[in-house]
Amino acid sequence: MMKSIVITTTINKRKHELEVHPNTTLLDLLRDELGLTGTKRGCEAGECGACTILMNGQAVNSCLVLAPQIDGQEILTIEGLADGDKLHPLQESFLDHDAVHCGFCTPGMLMSAKSLLDRNASPTELEVRTAISGNLCRCTGYQQIVDAVLETEPVKRET
Amino acid sequence: MHQQIPHESAALHVTGEALYIDDLPSSPSLLIGRVVYSPYAHARIVSYDLTKAREAPGVVAVLSAKDIPGHNQMGPVVKDEPCLAAEGVTFIGQAVFLIAARTDAQCRAAEKLIDVKYVPLEAILTLEEAIAANNLLGPPRRMQRGDVEVALGSAPHVLKGELRTGAAEHWYLETQAALCVPGEGPEMTVYSSSQNPSETQKLVAEVLGVKKKDVVVEVRRIGGGFGGKETQGNHVACWSALLCRATGCPVKIRLFRDEDMIMTGKRHRFLTRYEVGFDDQGKLLGVKFELNSDAGAATDLSFAIMERAMFHCDNAYYVPAIDVTARVWRTNLPSNTAFRGFGGPQAMAAMETVIDRVARYLHKDAAEIRQANFYGLEQDNVTHYGQVVENNRLHTIFDQLMKSSEYAARRKAVQEFNAANEFWKKGLALTPVKFGISFTTSHLNQAGALVNIYSDGTVLVNHGGTEMGQGLHTKIQQIAATELGISIDRVRVNATNTSKVPNTSPTAASTGTDMNGMAVKHAVETLKDRIAECVAALFNERDPSAVHTAKGDCCFESDVIFDSRHPERRIGFAEAIPQVIVRRVSLSATGFYRTPGIGWDKTKGVGTPFRYYAFGMAVSEVLVDTLTGAMTLLRTDILHDAGDSINPGIDTGQIEGGYIQGLGWCTTEEIKWDSAGNLMTHSPDTYKIPTAKDIPIDFRVTLLEQATNPNAIYGSKTVAEPPFMLGLSTWMAIKDAISAVANHTVEPEYALPATNEVILLSIEKLRNMMKVNASEPVHA
Ligand code: FES
Ligand code: FES
Repeated sequence: MMKSIVITTTINKRKHELEVHPNTTLLDLLRDELGLTGTKRGCEAGECGACTILMNGQAVNSCLVLAPQIDGQEILTIEGLADGDKLHPLQESFLDHDAVHCGFCTPGMLMSAKSLLDRNASPTELEVRTAISGNLCRCTGYQQIVDAVLETEPVKRET
Repeated sequence: MHQQIPHESAALHVTGEALYIDDLPSSPSLLIGRVVYSPYAHARIVSYDLTKAREAPGVVAVLSAKDIPGHNQMGPVVKDEPCLAAEGVTFIGQAVFLIAARTDAQCRAAEKLIDVKYVPLEAILTLEEAIAANNLLGPPRRMQRGDVEVALGSAPHVLKGELRTGAAEHWYLETQAALCVPGEGPEMTVYSSSQNPSETQKLVAEVLGVKKKDVVVEVRRIGGGFGGKETQGNHVACWSALLCRATGCPVKIRLFRDEDMIMTGKRHRFLTRYEVGFDDQGKLLGVKFELNSDAGAATDLSFAIMERAMFHCDNAYYVPAIDVTARVWRTNLPSNTAFRGFGGPQAMAAMETVIDRVARYLHKDAAEIRQANFYGLEQDNVTHYGQVVENNRLHTIFDQLMKSSEYAARRKAVQEFNAANEFWKKGLALTPVKFGISFTTSHLNQAGALVNIYSDGTVLVNHGGTEMGQGLHTKIQQIAATELGISIDRVRVNATNTSKVPNTSPTAASTGTDMNGMAVKHAVETLKDRIAECVAALFNERDPSAVHTAKGDCCFESDVIFDSRHPERRIGFAEAIPQVIVRRVSLSATGFYRTPGIGWDKTKGVGTPFRYYAFGMAVSEVLVDTLTGAMTLLRTDILHDAGDSINPGIDTGQIEGGYIQGLGWCTTEEIKWDSAGNLMTHSPDTYKIPTAKDIPIDFRVTLLEQATNPNAIYGSKTVAEPPFMLGLSTWMAIKDAISAVANHTVEPEYALPATNEVILLSIEKLRNMMKVNASEPVHA
């Protein structure tokens, strides 16, 4: 049995000191130990994007990150996207565009989209499609999601 | 009503608060369940020893078939599926043992300690092998009209051929999952991701050897179903229930993605042989179909699926003489199951191939042949099973879509492009869908509801349907709010629960809203009647001098109840409810609906199996790189009939999603097994469902206007399954591009899915044939 190690990290703007097993994935840490179940398990193999979170602003598959790797890093999950009761403009836009069907892909989609808009405030349709191409959705056919991202009001985009 | 209202759970989804099975808060005593499955496609189990596994750290139970307290069977229709394999195994992925431990790692460690000896037996892994071995699952079936032999014998032209369509994985984003929580004595609560909670309840009770009254199944939401959780969600629930009973602890089983893909059934593979006779104009005179499906190891829903295939082999076309024979074959693969379209897509792919071949043979545009053969409005409007195609929208949709998609101009442009380019070819195709709505097993066409109004004027709706992303609960919420004339936020749709509404049908066959919506409407009408009676009495008491208010005068609108003839007599909805309670009148009512006007004689093969038909069409244009087989989907235009849509946003999304799922089945989704029966495409890196980069560059989806449907709630029409089959437009467009390589003079070889490999091989064959046979046109 490998020894657990202590890390410090910021998750959704809150500092945490955590004792983690070196081979626990960030996905399992978030869900099983911190109760942040908004981040989903779709494949646990880095292929579906349901587990997408932001690490220092970059969209990453949390199933491919080991818990110790987040030592000293800043993590944002779907639970931290809204500002209290005030939804992020992307969340509003997903509601307005019916971009949520079964919803299982939604948290990951939103995190990938946020990472894109943070880098590029007015992406083209192709850029949006490319940015979410690592996030599988079996329900929507993607167009409503793409439209939701494209039509997120630029003025309201910053968190 | 008829409004774009966001999905009822959307606000929870965008914040990550929506709970699926795997997200439910766990108790400290929760155990994790694991399924140990067969590594052989066909084998006898000689012996096994579970002692060591049972002693492993953290392990609380290890079960085999011998430990099942009730019946060891799971089949939804025919009892031919064991819950756990007993004497032998019949496919790779079949459950043999169950383990419950504190953690998944402990389960896996224990699995390695199970000592089991198998004697492998010969396995049947393809349709061809099954046919050669005459391994029929049941008697063949036949539907016919007219004399096909005569029609073919006298037809000016006859073509024949065969078509293979592939399996497909549902790839719901949420894998199969269940959580069982023990109660007092025999009681158990099952949280399941099942499209058919009543059947889950029945099977759990049977494997446990208890009664249905002891088992409650609850489904809050499903992270995608598409038919894959209509019967096969039951397995996970039964396995969890067995472990829960054995340990006395809550047990959760969530299949890992690869396991889910290995263990669960897929869309049925089909091998279809056809023969068609037609005249110079391309009018179909007679068609013969021989449908063969791969059922896998057990019956599941294979016969109902084949029946729907038989009903839909005409797609949208009138064929005077038709003869359909259908055979369902058993193989040593996981039992194939429901998947959006339920046999319809496989049969329509064959019919569209027939039409396409006729067009190529006659050197005509395929759209023209399609139009020439559509069911008529006044004549030629009866299907081969005797149902009249009423409210036929095929012609309207065709005319509108040909115009809006600029088909003619684009056909010309495609021809010019192809003449000018040797290595790039474009293809264009229009395909229609006509899809019958109702369960073809007639007794399933019933639904129930239970509506409660509470003293604060809020409403809780229970109904038998499950929410899997299709927006059913949202539409139900809209229906209840509209009927009661109250704002939508007063209404909540409860998790589907077998203790609230019993004996329900699966949420399937695209009937969810039609049936449950009507059941809810009926319950609400009962309540309205009771409330109106109280409110009328109240008005009359308050103001005895004025004219009398009868209960029929009461109107429910904008959160107010008022006398329509004397609108000054009014009371707020929330204010009225306590008055009803004071009068000791019940504010809880059930509703029930049975679909009228349907009936079907299986033995004679005639009747009216469907309440109505859904219609839609798509035009797709593709670009094919003839040197690599790579395909780009340039543009798709869809015009679909959703009746008077209850929620256009949801329906448009269903159409887009259905079409893209169909696109996947037609192009990139290829299931492969190796020669031992191992699934080779068991993860997302080997099995390719469409991504955001695979959808049409230009994607235009429109709902047909002025399309009131007289046969469903509020004039609406279901959308769920039918758009899946519009994916065939892409498949046909690709074939059109391939065919351009030989200037449409040769029938290309083709299969479904049209992977890059299929495209490339087909093009190479055409090129070789062209070299050999440079001057003469050939008709394959
Ligand atoms: S769960 Fe991480 S990518 Fe699928
Ligand atoms: S909404 Fe169901 S997977 Fe995307």
